[in-house]
Amino acid sequence: MTDDTLPATLAEIRDEFLSLEVKDRLQLLLEFANELPELPERYADHPDLLERVEECQSPVFIFVEVSPEQVVHLFATAPRESPTTRGFASILVQGLADLTADQVLAVPDDYPQTLGLAEAVSPLRVRGMAALLSRTKRQVRERAA
Amino acid sequence: MPVPHDPSPKFAQYAHPERLVSTEWLQERLDDPGLVVVESDEDVLLYETGHIPGAVKIDWHTDLNDPVHRDFVDGEAFARLLGGKGIARDTTVVLYGDKSNWWAAYALWVFTLFGHEDVRLLDGGRDKWIAEGRELTTEVPNRTPVEYPVVERSDEEVRAFKDDVLAHFGNPLIDVRSPEEYTGERTEIPGYPTESALRGGHIPTAASVPWARAAAADSTFKSRDELDAIYRDEAGLSDGDDVIAYCRIGERSSHTWFVLKHLLGFDKVRNYDGSWTEWGSAVRVPIVRGPERGEVPSA
Repeated sequence: MTDDTLPATLAEIRDEFLSLEVKDRLQLLLEFANELPELPERYADHPDLLERVEECQSPVFIFVEVSPEQVVHLFATAPRESPTTRGFASILVQGLADLTADQVLAVPDDYPQTLGLAEAVSPLRVRGMAALLSRTKRQVRERAA
Repeated sequence: MPVPHDPSPKFAQYAHPERLVSTEWLQERLDDPGLVVVESDEDVLLYETGHIPGAVKIDWHTDLNDPVHRDFVDGEAFARLLGGKGIARDTTVVLYGDKSNWWAAYALWVFTLFGHEDVRLLDGGRDKWIAEGRELTTEVPNRTPVEYPVVERSDEEVRAFKDDVLAHFGNPLIDVRSPEEYTGERTEIPGYPTESALRGGHIPTAASVPWARAAAADSTFKSRDELDAIYRDEAGLSDGDDVIAYCRIGERSSHTWFVLKHLLGFDKVRNYDGSWTEWGSAVRVPIVRGPERGEVPSA
């Protein structure tokens, strides 16, 4: 992976995880989980608009908006009882904020594997985050002009 | 000193009442030095959001599975894990977790592989504890490490491998996955690789009994009568049967294993942890698609 294609916020999040001991990476993931914003009303009232990410062990739903200026906005929701999944979603919501469709599509697919979380949460669970990213990209492709 | 059993009348109906404790019982014994409470969840971070005071955490994936081989940890790693959590060989361990104790039952089954004798489940698990408004804390207990002996796993009695299943035809098999997984309708999501199997369906002759049917709405186990109706009357099990349960990776079937072994008292029950991720990808093993159980394959 080259940093040429990795947006600054995602790179910062990665470096923050890698600077910590494995145990503390879990705590950081929990902080992200707690920061996942609530869905805006237009989605909270319309669960049918959201796409379920089946590969995650816990239910997580996402929806991507692409503005006329081609700026991507990712919305995600997962239950409080699924903090790991919430943490994964929150990393992407923060890391992809204000990026253009092209920038999102250029994010390396293996980004979730670069956070040093495999040891802390297991490779199986990290795969759930990879699925979140790939579904986000697919929705961007569908919605970008 | 051994910790007494929970005398709740509900548990007396089961074959091995000593394997369950109630939330009330546990609440009163949280400070008992002979007892350690262990939380085991599907979500690796759930414990960190709040847990029963004094409880330690054991994660099914990062603690109990070998990081390299598809197998459980060995005796040395298990001894290190338990000793480090202040659990001695004669400690009473009470396990609880999310999702009707699905993962706690898996941990209990792994403890059984190592012959840890006194291991019990909190009936209703994490959900019931919370629903009753009982205390949670984010404080991680600082338990003094103790010596836990290095015990080699004994897999024969409660664990089945693929070859055991192939040799088992003619005896009952219980498939605890969802009906869609059982029929083979669902193996993967179109266009998305999962860690699923290459083929869909079920092992010939297996009865479909989704694991969660054994759990009541409040996450506790259903009554003896209800469980008998499901596993004996419906699935056709009877006394003396040699039973193998399986799911996708052996987690949900640990829950069923607990029900059959400890609540209904079947002597010979094994969990096939290779389950569908192994069977559904293995070359030339028999598979049945659709809702019918299928026939015993001819050798």
